[in-house]
Amino acid sequence: MADKMATRQAYGQVLVEIGAKNKDLVVMDADLSKSTMTAEFANVYPDRFFNMGIAETNMYAAAAGIAHTGKTVCASTFAMFAAGRAFEIIRNSIGYTKANVKICATHAGITVGEDGATHQTFEDLALMRTIPGMTVVNPSDGVSAKELIRQCVDMNGPCYIRLGRAAVPTFYAEDDEIVLGQGNMLRGGRDVTVIATGIMVAEAMAAAEELAGKGIDVRVIDIHTIKPLDEEIIIRAAEQTGKIVTAEEHSVIGGLGSAVAEVLVKNCPVPVRMVGQSDTFGESGKPDQLKEKYGMTAKDIVHAVHSLGL
Amino acid sequence: MDYSKFEQMAANVRTGVIKAIAAAGSGHPGGSLSAADIVTALYFNEMNIDPSNPKMGGRDRFILSKGHAGPVQYAALALRGYFRHEDVLTLRKLGSNFQGHPNMHEVPGIEMSTGSLGQGFAAAGGMAIGCKLSGDPGRIYVLLGDGELQEGIVWEAAMSAAHYHLDNLCAIVDWNGLQIDGKNDDVMKVAPIDEKFKAFGWNVVVINGHDFGEIFSAFDAAKACKGKPTVIIAKTHKGRGVSFMEDQAGWHGKAPNAEEAEAAIKELGGEF
Repeated sequence: MADKMATRQAYGQVLVEIGAKNKDLVVMDADLSKSTMTAEFANVYPDRFFNMGIAETNMYAAAAGIAHTGKTVCASTFAMFAAGRAFEIIRNSIGYTKANVKICATHAGITVGEDGATHQTFEDLALMRTIPGMTVVNPSDGVSAKELIRQCVDMNGPCYIRLGRAAVPTFYAEDDEIVLGQGNMLRGGRDVTVIATGIMVAEAMAAAEELAGKGIDVRVIDIHTIKPLDEEIIIRAAEQTGKIVTAEEHSVIGGLGSAVAEVLVKNCPVPVRMVGQSDTFGESGKPDQLKEKYGMTAKDIVHAVHSLGL
Repeated sequence: MDYSKFEQMAANVRTGVIKAIAAAGSGHPGGSLSAADIVTALYFNEMNIDPSNPKMGGRDRFILSKGHAGPVQYAALALRGYFRHEDVLTLRKLGSNFQGHPNMHEVPGIEMSTGSLGQGFAAAGGMAIGCKLSGDPGRIYVLLGDGELQEGIVWEAAMSAAHYHLDNLCAIVDWNGLQIDGKNDDVMKVAPIDEKFKAFGWNVVVINGHDFGEIFSAFDAAKACKGKPTVIIAKTHKGRGVSFMEDQAGWHGKAPNAEEAEAAIKELGGEF
């Protein structure tokens, strides 16, 4: 866990890599290219980059139009203004038309930090996973972000890729197997399973380490693909460990926790605790302060595990 | 020049509109009839298309941003030979490909699924960018309603089309002056439409949207204009061709009953 990298930084780098091979890749942004990191692509391939200004709804409908002429489009802005502001455009012009658009949304969740509540989205995974045919991805580190973005660009159809502002520890190795739609068991365990996504995977690993010191054997699964969800790995975890904690930098309403609960209630009902943003808005602060205040740290996962009687 | 064959074709299109909406028992006749001459001009004269090869490379594309006027596009495509006339009469029925608003994956010749206002216009701008990137000579035509101009996305898209010099994009505004709740001027004033588009950097042409000579000339003017997109503001009458529907907001989204449909078809003198 030596290196740290924000998943948005990984996005900027991998776009340039993909752009060299895939001449049909078009990138769009809404005046945030230096923050979303699409500026790197814009510098190298200016002819295939379109800054659409501060007009997200037009950007996503136009992205659908470009895609329907045979291009692959990565269109970026902050998650709040992609999944939030442009939701209905994404639903009708991208989802319903099966447009080959990758919505690469950065600055998701509480770790946006100082910008505060208007920019901290906790609803995007919930919104995006209700759209039929939408692939929803939430990478946990730089290495997996690059690999999952490559796979999203290679598939034909709409994808929502959730990326973060803050640097996060890199724990995948370049040659680890990372496959869209397949969860990764990062740590084996028999007593309880923590199913985590995005930046909460690193917190889950830290929690598992701490709990190991107390004799509690924790399994950790990275669900980087929220949809289609790897139901098998979740059901197996429930059957084998009997207790589940979910962890996400997202509202506990509608996101990973809900998705996992939907699977378990049908297949293997076991006690579940959800770590995430409770039903409340955020505020300004440093990312680490906010994670602590709003209950999205390793400590909160440890508490959740204990609340299951362990 | 004699435009009678286009006028007759437009009567056929309008007849298809009435038959389909009457069969469905719901739909939007007013704005379908107001746009019928423009749509006829596009499919029967202006556009480079091939009904036997709807995805032909280099083709011109038409997007009906005012998707609620789907019946006028369905009727025109059927008359142009994309599918059977009787298929259109399944409009809005369960299991039909002819959805209440057009679906590009279900009906050949539909280039973009529309219905949520403003989005077809923005998507058309994207298609114009995509065609330019690929060196595709096809032109993009997109039809908007005047009430539709109240959507904010329309002006976002107008801005970006001018910014990127999309001279392969031609928008047409079906300026019938009416929307569901009444006159544009009473509900939410969109006038002056021409000045707004000019201010956004567009080439603006104002015509009578029921005069084929003016419609064809406007399309020629659009093609001749380089470096910026063109909008044709076409003054039309809602419900055009059916006297009891003309200029009546009440016929925006109401189907004629059997008796009304019969009277409308008789007056139109078309075949479908």
